Amino acid sequence: MKKFLFLTLALAITAASVRAKLRVVATTPDLGAIAHEIGGDKIDLVTLAKPTEDPHFVDAKPSFIVRLNRADVLIEGGAELEAGWLAPLLEGARNPKLDAGKPGRIAAAEGIALLEVPATLDRSQGDIHASGNPHFLSDPENAKIVAAHIARSFAELDADDAATFAANEKSFSARLDAKLTEWQRLLAPYRGRPIVTYHNYWIYFGRRFGFPMDLFLEPKPGIPPTPAHLAQVILKMRADHLKLIAVQPYQNRKTAETVASHTGATVLDWPSFPGGPGTESYEAWIDTIVQSIVHGFASAQ
Amino acid sequence: MKFRTLVIYLSVLGLASAAPAAESDVQELKNQLAQLQAAFEKTRHEQQQQIEALTRKIEALTAAAPASNPAPASAAGDEQKKLEQELAAETAAAPASPAAAAAASPPPPAPAARAGSAYMNLSYGASAVAGWSSAPDPSAQLELGDHDPVKRGVSLRNAEIAVDGAVDPYFKGFANIVLKLDKNNETSIELEESFLESTSLPANLQLKAGQYFAAFGRENVQHPHMWSFVDQPLILGRAFGPDGLRSLGAQVSWLAPTPFYTEAFLSVLDGQGGTAFSFRNPGEPDPTGVERYAGRATIDRPLRGPQDLVFVPRIASSFELSDTQTLLAGVSGAFGPNDTGPHARTEIYGADLFWKWKPADASQGFPYVTWQTEALYRRFDAGADPLAPAPLPAETLRDSGFYSQLVWGFIPRWNAGLRADYVSGNDASFDASDPFRGERYRFSPELTFFPSEFSKIRLQYNFDHGAAFGSAGSIWLQVEFGLGAHAAHKY
Repeated sequence: MKKFLFLTLALAITAASVRAKLRVVATTPDLGAIAHEIGGDKIDLVTLAKPTEDPHFVDAKPSFIVRLNRADVLIEGGAELEAGWLAPLLEGARNPKLDAGKPGRIAAAEGIALLEVPATLDRSQGDIHASGNPHFLSDPENAKIVAAHIARSFAELDADDAATFAANEKSFSARLDAKLTEWQRLLAPYRGRPIVTYHNYWIYFGRRFGFPMDLFLEPKPGIPPTPAHLAQVILKMRADHLKLIAVQPYQNRKTAETVASHTGATVLDWPSFPGGPGTESYEAWIDTIVQSIVHGFASAQ
Repeated sequence: MKFRTLVIYLSVLGLASAAPAAESDVQELKNQLAQLQAAFEKTRHEQQQQIEALTRKIEALTAAAPASNPAPASAAGDEQKKLEQELAAETAAAPASPAAAAAASPPPPAPAARAGSAYMNLSYGASAVAGWSSAPDPSAQLELGDHDPVKRGVSLRNAEIAVDGAVDPYFKGFANIVLKLDKNNETSIELEESFLESTSLPANLQLKAGQYFAAFGRENVQHPHMWSFVDQPLILGRAFGPDGLRSLGAQVSWLAPTPFYTEAFLSVLDGQGGTAFSFRNPGEPDPTGVERYAGRATIDRPLRGPQDLVFVPRIASSFELSDTQTLLAGVSGAFGPNDTGPHARTEIYGADLFWKWKPADASQGFPYVTWQTEALYRRFDAGADPLAPAPLPAETLRDSGFYSQLVWGFIPRWNAGLRADYVSGNDASFDASDPFRGERYRFSPELTFFPSEFSKIRLQYNFDHGAAFGSAGSIWLQVEFGLGAHAAHKY
């Protein structure tokens, strides 16, 4: 009897120690970076979109179906960013854990106050998103909301590690608060000066740190720049003395260079997501953009 | 003792009622939260409207200001024109930087417009083809697909209304209704697909039932707006007829627990009628009204048992060859009876391959290169027809063929492609006027411009050669658009 008890106990301990980690799939690398902050080594994390990839146009590769089939958690941006590719993957994945409304399905946009919710749905205005601008993670305050959301869901699915997730979330949030103070301080001298961007991607960052970003090289979301529109942009940049143009890895840098050559502006390369060399973490990613702005304005003077 | 019992009784009662009390508290809090959220939303909406109204006022005022000062405005206008011309020249001349010029896989799926607001997604898509062919009636021999252009001039062979959505927690539903204009521009209508699909079966299984395109190869299941060319590949027309292999039935599919993607499918189809072309298909009436297939008068063959159903197995696997290259390959079969004799049967085998390259910094999905190939073989037991105008023996008709197509999305919004088609089927006695028999080949270069994900303009040239009709050239200009929600595209 004693032997049996001992054996049961040993088995239970072994079972607990080899307990499978939460298998987490994040659609985009910014969500992946935050999931990594919360989950650390308690989760197995896979990110579908590459850091350099256009998140609106990810291929629904069959290998992603396999990832989703075996996942415990899916973290998506929601707000239709993945509307073009996530639905057929989920249909193929046959994984009820990821059904909408289940704890395994985290829509990061929930709880975020989305900007630019269109009053009418009209595609003559370009490729607009019905729920609002989905690029909300460039605002670190939003990253904190998403981190808390992820920590809650992870804890619900893996109660044994709930304390770790909560501690990680607290630490991430505290680090971001400290960083926010630093970023605000670094950017303070340049606050209020507009920055031209290629796509309407950085509005949440602009709102947080006080940089108007409402001049775009695209005439409408998803519509490539035309000479007529670029001419307007150049005249506006000249009139308002705008000196910085930000482009992302998948956007046409040559267009930005052309505009820069007509305005004496500087082209800044901003990674769309964390995950590239030097921008592995969420903080490093925002750091890169903050430094880029500081250097850009400093050298433009 | 009595008192104690009472206390115990009361405390049990209290415990029992505590749970419902907590529940109703939660419910009340939830209600309060919902009310607060609604109030918050309302305020936000009102404030947004105020902001918008103020913004419009400011815009109106600032727009009015320059008008009072016309000279600088026109100077600015001149400057803008000059800049425009310079920019047009510069952007046209400069070679696209690799980071900049990327773009297109088949125009990716259109995002749903407020998906779920009406319990289903609704979309409409139409494709018209204008063109000319050296053959006076291209639909007689050259263009045999149901969505292919039917005449010199303009054809509209696919206008579809599609709906899809969650039926309930257990099923998804999809249906599309296709409208087509015939040569005289009379409209015909057909229920192309209407099926439900399970969402919660265990063991990685999925069930589909209704009328649907059978999972055979790659292009058979795709709707025309996903094709890279104006018309359907010849071998698919040979094996599956103008409509593709489409019937009422049920399919079970299974995602295998392999480290790479592997999915197995098995369909069981009713298989009667023209959309099951090589199976229980009565064929077309000849001038005397006798229905014939491959020259043979057909018999109306009712279902005698499970052996008269059509079975369509398929297995497909996918591999990531590198960070930028993906391969998807499959083999399929279709087995069932045909109507040319009481015991006549048909077997169809197919292999398909799809390869795609897309760099990690593609913009709007461009650039990309895809290579798609399918090869099919059909073994068709044809019954004897001694009463045919030229008597035909009982024998086996063998058809085989392939198509191979390369499409290059060279800059955002543009792709160029080349397709080669070949079919053979000369080894037996058949009606030489039957456009679905005999050797032929085709070469088709194409160029497509996608103004957005929701529209495309395609120019295609076909060089056709066949034993029955010699050589022919056709040029087609296709214009297509989509409205409303649009399902995301599968790989």
